Amino acid sequence: MDRKVRVLIGKPGLDGHDRGAKYIARALRDAGMEVIYTGIRQTPEAIANASIQEDVDFVGLSLLSGAHNHLFPEVARILKEKGGSDIILFGGGVIPEEDIPGLKEVGFKAIFTPGTAATEVVDFIEREIKAR
Amino acid sequence: MLSSETDRFAHMVRICDVRGLARVLSMVENGHILAPSIMHSLYNPERSSLTVGITGPPGAGKSTLTNRLITFWRRHDNKVGVIAVDPSSPFSGGALLGDRVRMQDHASDPGVFIRSMGSRGHLGGLSGATRDALEVLAAASYDPVLVETVGVGQAEVEIASLADITLLVLVPGLGDEVQAMKAGIMEIGDIIVLNKADRPGIEQLAMSVNASLELLPDQSERPPVVKCSAQTGEGIEDLTETITSYISSLTERKQIARRRTSLILDSIIREKGRYLARKMVTDRYGSVEKAIESILEGETTPYGIGEMLSEFIDNKRECENEH
Ligand SMILES: Nc1nc2c(ncn2[C@@H]2O[C@H](COP(=O)(O)OP(=O)(O)O)[C@@H](O)[C@H]2O)c(=O)[nH]1
Ligand SMILES: [Mg+2]
Repeated sequence: MDRKVRVLIGKPGLDGHDRGAKYIARALRDAGMEVIYTGIRQTPEAIANASIQEDVDFVGLSLLSGAHNHLFPEVARILKEKGGSDIILFGGGVIPEEDIPGLKEVGFKAIFTPGTAATEVVDFIEREIKAR
Repeated sequence: MLSSETDRFAHMVRICDVRGLARVLSMVENGHILAPSIMHSLYNPERSSLTVGITGPPGAGKSTLTNRLITFWRRHDNKVGVIAVDPSSPFSGGALLGDRVRMQDHASDPGVFIRSMGSRGHLGGLSGATRDALEVLAAASYDPVLVETVGVGQAEVEIASLADITLLVLVPGLGDEVQAMKAGIMEIGDIIVLNKADRPGIEQLAMSVNASLELLPDQSERPPVVKCSAQTGEGIEDLTETITSYISSLTERKQIARRRTSLILDSIIREKGRYLARKMVTDRYGSVEKAIESILEGETTPYGIGEMLSEFIDNKRECENEH
């Protein structure tokens, strides 16, 4: 068996800045993972659909516009509805400290705030894979 | 036990359970132990789904074009499947798969299934996994199933030729690459697409492509050449008409079934042949590297090893014949 860790990086919402998302995507690739990048301005529905079709182990969402309290739980909800409750969610972007517990409650295993080194994300994924 | 698991997965594919289908694609890609039996259960040489290969150099607009073609077939109410293959990094083994970015128009459409694959760089594995992924989507009655591959290496060209129809996408400004691909142009494309027709240099490209097609020994097999712009949409209708008429010229179902079957069997023979020969060398010498050492130390030659393999295979056959 030649299994690779597969991660989908999605950008829900309206902001068009994907430098951070692409930076993480490249770092994960360089760590040997298969990263599916879906582009900017994706609906939660589109991200969830893609995650199921791509059979990923992880979905990482990146958002700078401040709509995370609405859009992140939406992705989690639709993913569950489509049978993807075993997919591990994480998020990143401009997210205030006080919003993090709420996001963890709806299923986000980790939230990375600006300035996070890419290696932290890689470490997180490798830890989760080992824990499976 | 195994067979009921196989049936369960094959059933999920046939009823197009998206989660199950996606799982089976991973099993095929990862060389899961059940994958061969699932494929065995799903294979139908006379399936009605057509497969369309889209190949060409990186950046030629293959994904953008695929997005347009999906739109075309969705208008005809077909469920469309897509396999998009991008190269894996030879250093890390990872891959950044970004073809979906260009296919966003269909991101929420339940009638479109898109799967990204990294080439993973294993011997023969790329074409094997992609070949089987096409059959899986066809068995889930996606019709057509499109497969996008970067058409630079042998393996990718091989995949493209596994499809029932192959589009070769070329763009202006490649210069030397078109020269290098001349042989390929004549052999792999059923339809040659000159994309980025909105760019300067398109006429020059058309001339150079037509000139190389002149060299085809059999001019009746000369593929149609279509200019278009996947970006602006100009010429896309010409292209879809050309594809449609090509499809209707493929009337002989039995003939398509024979071609498909022979390509798949041939590819499995090559895959297994390589596996078997490698395994025999490994059994005898410990590893391929150790076999090389033996050759360098003067104990044998590559031909000597070849001879040993032939003898082994022939003996095996004789043993079997005695029973
Ligand atoms: N000018 C022009 N640009 C195009 C056309 N088709 C695609 N592109 C652009 O070419 C780049 C590569 O396209 P993509 O579909 O990703 O190419 P691929 O690598 O072959 O899949 C993107 O920036 C596209 O927007 C076209 O017909 N005209
Ligand atoms: Mg592409």
